[in-house]
Amino acid sequence: MSFLEVENLKVHFPVKGGIFGRTVGHIKAVDGVSFSLERGSTYGLVGESGSGKTTTGRAIIGLNNITSGKVMFDGHDITNIRRSKLDVRKDVQMIFQDPYSSLNPKKRVIDIIAEPLRNYEKLSRKEERKRVQELLELVGLSPESILKYPHEFSGGQRQRIGVARAIALKPKLIIADEPVSALDVSVQAQVLNFMQEIQDELGLTYLFIGHDLGVIRHMCDHIGIMYKGRYVEQGTTEEIFTDPQHIYTKRLVAAIPDIDPKNRDKQLQFRKEVKKEYEQSYNDYFDGEGLAYQLQPVSKTHLVALPEKG
Amino acid sequence: MSDTLLEINNLKTSFRIKDDYYAAVDDVSLKVNKNEVLAIVGESGCGKSALAFSLMGLHSRAKIEGDISYKGQSIANVSPSKLNKLRGNDMAMIFQDPLTALNPLMNIGDQIGEALLLHDKKLSKNARKKKVIELLNKVGIPRAEHTFHQFPHELSGGMRQRVVIAMAISNDPEILIADEPTTALDATIQAQVLDLLNELKEDMKAGIILITHDLGVVAEMADRVAVMYAGQIVEIADVHTLFASPKHPYTRSLLNSVPNSTKSKAKLHVIEGIVPSLQKLPRKGCRFSARVPWIDESVHEENPQLHEISPGHFVRCTCYEHFYFPDESKEDQRHVVS
Repeated sequence: MSFLEVENLKVHFPVKGGIFGRTVGHIKAVDGVSFSLERGSTYGLVGESGSGKTTTGRAIIGLNNITSGKVMFDGHDITNIRRSKLDVRKDVQMIFQDPYSSLNPKKRVIDIIAEPLRNYEKLSRKEERKRVQELLELVGLSPESILKYPHEFSGGQRQRIGVARAIALKPKLIIADEPVSALDVSVQAQVLNFMQEIQDELGLTYLFIGHDLGVIRHMCDHIGIMYKGRYVEQGTTEEIFTDPQHIYTKRLVAAIPDIDPKNRDKQLQFRKEVKKEYEQSYNDYFDGEGLAYQLQPVSKTHLVALPEKG
Repeated sequence: MSDTLLEINNLKTSFRIKDDYYAAVDDVSLKVNKNEVLAIVGESGCGKSALAFSLMGLHSRAKIEGDISYKGQSIANVSPSKLNKLRGNDMAMIFQDPLTALNPLMNIGDQIGEALLLHDKKLSKNARKKKVIELLNKVGIPRAEHTFHQFPHELSGGMRQRVVIAMAISNDPEILIADEPTTALDATIQAQVLDLLNELKEDMKAGIILITHDLGVVAEMADRVAVMYAGQIVEIADVHTLFASPKHPYTRSLLNSVPNSTKSKAKLHVIEGIVPSLQKLPRKGCRFSARVPWIDESVHEENPQLHEISPGHFVRCTCYEHFYFPDESKEDQRHVVS
């Protein structure tokens, strides 16, 4: 049994129309996604904007209603997180994308970080203050800054306040939704390093949602690639980057800019070839509606969405 | 005829905060040639966009000193009407965020048409429409005739960015300033937009100033690179030299902080501290010294200058000769430098 298991997850949003606001159709944001995560590992969920990766993450933590499917966390069914007896929300936390809008500007740092503590643990004022200071120290901010407001911090520092809030209750799983995409490279390095450090220290498991393949490659052990609400490929980081099978994955990998200007022409040539292949074989990889097929195993860990043979 | 399109000499752009002026762009000198991509790199707050806005004359309340000349003519302090003739016609800008750069109440065709009309009042309606559709085709928008009547909200991010590019190239500018043109885009669309810019460079023989913080984009696009830190240029070189043998501590730190395939899971380099805000900017000495505290103070110049260390390769301050990362010993470093 894996640590987190997502089975055939579907999240459909109704489309209202007509004068009576009847439901006239559905947007299938997530349409049959399955994957599993091992304890202590990092799983990367990749896709373009609109592919449903954020919706998947939000559905797991209960911020979006699940239409059908099943989410198992550490042996418990948390599909309906609000009704489940066991409060897993303590164990599953989220780091949000935008460090500027995810912190309440009217609250001081101590109130922001202590909010989850106040919900779940009964601490005295003194204890609470001490815990918050410890957490700030852990994320590399000075403990004196508990009385400051979010606007007094830089982007990287704010993101670390968000991280401190996420780890306040010693969670087991953290869903990180593009935690570094709003940051500069040097600040990005800071946050990524830090996330790796606390992972070892606290034995965390990450579901890392992102679109920057360079960052995903750096952080993750396993990767799932989404396109229009479905999986197109899943495998270890090695398999995805060195042996991509699906044409969409190939295109994504080809689009990563090469940091060495000497390879520029080669890279351009490669990208052109992949683009040509993409256009020629589009129908072999996607069905009539332009959606991906069901996943077929290539090896034990490597799955690709291909039409069934025969 | 020389190939230099734009020449910037000792440009200084200052903003007034309370009773004092603070320079966001400080003593920048650059040249942009025909058929060349000059990349300007740096973290946010380094003055990259302030520089671009100064070139286009878009700062309304800044004090601009120094000289900007376009094809030998000074454009630094000309009247707005004269500048308007230049802007959009000879020099055009692609803005960072395509959604805010477009008017939500105007359809795509009219927006691009407006740019055409402003510089050629005699253009008939039909000719204008024909030209707009031509432009939309050029930037790779499928079904251009349909898109002509659409509004910005109906298009995806990549398509919107193409519209902004179409608008910028509508009058065949000689200089194109692209301010983070791909930051808001997904990887595959980024690749497409960059390819498009490359094609345009070949087509129009324009000079492109590419402002970005993404070093991958720089490696793929640029001919020459200028690295900016705290309003100053700290290093300029052609792209191959810059990536093969970066010299300034800032350039080297930036390059080291990018995750890449060879050091998976390894620790990334972190630049200590943050970019100083304008008011806290040290007024003398090496501006980067505060972020490399392990380097001996005495190796920084008192008044750092750009030094040409090989043809076309300039580095500010002499501290680069003595720079090493804290996790490598000084001995390793000497070896690399020699």
